Amino acid sequence: MNLNRHTAQQTQKSEPKLACRNVWKVFGHRPRRFLARHDYNPSDQVLAESNYIGAARRVNLDIALGEIFVIMGLSGSGKSTLVRCMSRLHDPTHGEILFDGQDLSTVKEKDLIRIRRHKMGMVFQHFGLLPHRNVLENVAFPLEVQGTSKRKRLERAREVIDLVGLEDRIDNLPNELSGGEQQRVGIARSLAVEPEVWFLDEPFSALDPLIRSEMQDEFLRLQRLLHKTIVFITHDFDEAIRLADRIAIMKDGEIIQTGTPEELLTNPADAYVSEFTSRIPRGKVISAQAVMDPLPQTQDQTLIGEGSSHVSAEATIEQCAQQVFSQPEPLAVSDPKGRIVGTLTQEAVVETLFSGNGSRPEA
Amino acid sequence: MSSATIDLPLHGNGTQLFRKLRRLTFLFWPAAIVAFFVILGQQYQWIDVYPEQWVLPVQDWLNQAMKWLIHECSFGLFTFKELTRSLAWLVSWPFKLGMGLLVQGFDISFQLPLLGRIEGHLPHVSWLGVVGCVSLLGHYLQGWKLALISGGCFLYLAVFGQWVSAMETFSSILVAVPLGVLFGLILGIISYWSKTAEILIRPLLDMMQTVPIFAYLVPILFLFGFGPVSAMLGTVIYAVPPMVRCTHLGLQAVPDSQLEAGITSGCSRIQLFIKIKLPSALHQIMVGINQVIMLTLNMVIIASMIGAGGLGYDVLTALRRLHIGRGLEAGIAIVVLAIALDRLSQAITQSRRRKTASSKNEGIRHRHSLTALGLLFATLALGAEFQWIALYPEDWFISTAPFWDGLMSWINIHLYDVLNTLRSFLLIYLLVPLKKFLLGLPWSVVIAVLAYAGYRLGGWRLALLIAAAALFPAITGYWEKTMYTVYLCGIGVCIAALIGIPIGILAAGNDRLASGLQIILDTLQTLPAFVYLMPCVMLFRVGDVSALVAIVAYAVVPAIRYTLHGIRLVPIPVLEASTMSGCRKRQILTKVQFPLALPQIMLGINQTIMLALSMVVITSLIGTSDLGQEVYIALTKADIGRGMVAGLGVACIATVSDRLIQAATARQKLKLGLA
Repeated sequence: MNLNRHTAQQTQKSEPKLACRNVWKVFGHRPRRFLARHDYNPSDQVLAESNYIGAARRVNLDIALGEIFVIMGLSGSGKSTLVRCMSRLHDPTHGEILFDGQDLSTVKEKDLIRIRRHKMGMVFQHFGLLPHRNVLENVAFPLEVQGTSKRKRLERAREVIDLVGLEDRIDNLPNELSGGEQQRVGIARSLAVEPEVWFLDEPFSALDPLIRSEMQDEFLRLQRLLHKTIVFITHDFDEAIRLADRIAIMKDGEIIQTGTPEELLTNPADAYVSEFTSRIPRGKVISAQAVMDPLPQTQDQTLIGEGSSHVSAEATIEQCAQQVFSQPEPLAVSDPKGRIVGTLTQEAVVETLFSGNGSRPEA
Repeated sequence: MSSATIDLPLHGNGTQLFRKLRRLTFLFWPAAIVAFFVILGQQYQWIDVYPEQWVLPVQDWLNQAMKWLIHECSFGLFTFKELTRSLAWLVSWPFKLGMGLLVQGFDISFQLPLLGRIEGHLPHVSWLGVVGCVSLLGHYLQGWKLALISGGCFLYLAVFGQWVSAMETFSSILVAVPLGVLFGLILGIISYWSKTAEILIRPLLDMMQTVPIFAYLVPILFLFGFGPVSAMLGTVIYAVPPMVRCTHLGLQAVPDSQLEAGITSGCSRIQLFIKIKLPSALHQIMVGINQVIMLTLNMVIIASMIGAGGLGYDVLTALRRLHIGRGLEAGIAIVVLAIALDRLSQAITQSRRRKTASSKNEGIRHRHSLTALGLLFATLALGAEFQWIALYPEDWFISTAPFWDGLMSWINIHLYDVLNTLRSFLLIYLLVPLKKFLLGLPWSVVIAVLAYAGYRLGGWRLALLIAAAALFPAITGYWEKTMYTVYLCGIGVCIAALIGIPIGILAAGNDRLASGLQIILDTLQTLPAFVYLMPCVMLFRVGDVSALVAIVAYAVVPAIRYTLHGIRLVPIPVLEASTMSGCRKRQILTKVQFPLALPQIMLGINQTIMLALSMVVITSLIGTSDLGQEVYIALTKADIGRGMVAGLGVACIATVSDRLIQAATARQKLKLGLA
């Protein structure tokens, strides 16, 4: 995970893989005309008074190459609508969906199908498997519709099925599989075409808690292998924290805050966000560098010597807590190059683990 | 087999060809059976044509049984015939009341002490009163729109000179519908309570729905006599099955959570039934009532064959004399009545659901009923003074009959060549060859192949059932007529499917088309089968082609409806997943929607067959020589046995096709993982 976060931050400055520019999805009578009349920026009040529903409102997002971007919101917050606009399952009412700089919202049906066939994959909450095809045929389906030869597509399907660990269930029909297994098929199917962007719409929400956490591990394992650009929808903040490089929190169709899990925890934009973050075990998210006493920046900072104890600046407090308490003096914190950038005291650790009021402990 | 096709590694073309051939093996046995019988048939005549000396006199047995029932069966104090006749007498009272109210008025004569004898005539309700009351009911149930529709429909009856006949029909409906609903409710509840009863009732319902109505008109005629009452009883028998099914279904579909809530609240069994199950099933029951009304109207014309008057009688006499214009007029009046009653009863279903939402309802109802009462008395009183209020004056009639007759002669003059070419083309290239082929098939081969299909689809039990059903027409000596029916019905169903399925698919992808289509389909379904005959006769004269066109027009509705529904039923996640897999629209249709909708479509075809069969029987009136003709002749000659046997022959066709399709659908569902 931390590795990913690193690469994500590096690429963020370059052009985003996928971006939303002032995207609107409005339901109601002739929504396009309505938006145009209100200058593409109607207030909440105008929307409500004219009986329109703004399922997605003025959404702006940048999703970087190789990043796991989680969109989090409660049911009805518009996150599913938004992801459907991004994949053009729904047409956005207004705004641009930029995919490698190309605006998807104006792309022709034919080109859209080509993009879907080669560059996009999507996993659905209720799996969306074809009940009349067995596992192998389901996974091979996207390749079949683009006209890949039978031998090639079955071969590729077997590969992906191996990847998700379903090689024993290849002949089974979807209704003979458990929920977790069905979703593995859904995942395999979406990966069969080797997509560049991978949409996952609440993929684990319909699963039992134990299976869910197993699938989350599986998902992270896959991402370490594949390095896709991922848009992941969930209503579960724990899940978001666990998987995300960055999280966007949605409410009533609007993005309230976008940031790394740590940023959301330490610096929530409003009461709604802090409501979510308050129940999260902070030790699992906050990193050592956020609560350490930083060393004054000098030209030649001390390099870590062989064998001396230290923690990485990006390690979470939970990871380094034991080490901090195993010695009386503060623990050295090192950056990736091995230089000491600060020290972590026992007090700082205790405060992080047990405060939980959302405010950043004073260094 | 499916697992074999997938596990085999794919090497070269040789194995692929082999596998393709293997898929065809299921054709081997039927082919072998056919070949075997055809070869034997040249040797032995009886394999080809069912020998006459083997025909069992089932008709005579039935006639004797009936004779015994009517003349000798006795329960000690009274005979069976007395029982049925007194039943008829009982039912005749509410009918007389309705007739008196709406058509004839009441003759009053009674003796009072002191004042002496009083004689007089109490007039029937004025047409204005009826139109007003119906509008008020519409307004109460749904609002102005329904008030206009229902009032307008009744006004139409008056303006176009159908009032008296329509009211006669209406009063018989007013008796038949409650009777049907009551019987249906009772049977439905019984079959819900007792498993044994269900097992007994279900095949009975199947019979009631598949045996053509004509067939049981004859025994009813014998038991209850000729007249409107026995017509009404026949109607009730025809209209009851969907009510039973709906009641049963509604009671069975009560959600467990509601039952559990009731039980834990301490309901007794009866409380549970009255307070939880019945209310929960009410919507379904209302649907059943709507069905009863529609079937009753459907029966109006046929019922007039055993003595019902009214609109049905008008249509029948007009049709017999080929007065197309007049027949159409009366037929349209039936449709108009049907539309009004359909909308009103559907509104009742919906308003029941809304009832809890508004609390001001109570006041409105009283206001409505008071207005209605006031209106009735006012028109009654004024009617005594002004004749035009009591009865719509004849001078004001608008008749469309001349228009229809004119249209018909115009068609006959100007379109004769086109229509005649079409007619001859259909006859020469489609109907006649197929008829020859089907009638030429050896009976034994047909039965063997059908039984084999039954075995493949559902095992030995199904095979036996189908063999027995297919054997019945042969044994009773109706093989040829049966094949004739199969031929007409078969072509009709094929054409209906070829038209209906594409329309359904088109509509499924187009919301505006679908909603427009919905209105057309609803209207088509309210038309009694008879009404279809008239334009067909207008265009193609009497004969097989007219019959075919009528069958297709009547039977196409379920093919469209089930296709549309089946495609709409495909879950959205599956569609989204297919889109994201990169399917084109056509690929979604062929690879996802169509296969998943197939079981529904097959059910639609099954319904199409049932409707086609019921239409085939009716087309005997315009000169086809199928089983229906046989039943019809039996009706005119009052030959119970003949009518019943021919009727059962139709039921046998229905049973064979129904069971085979059901089994195939079940298999398909299993294959789709939907079961």
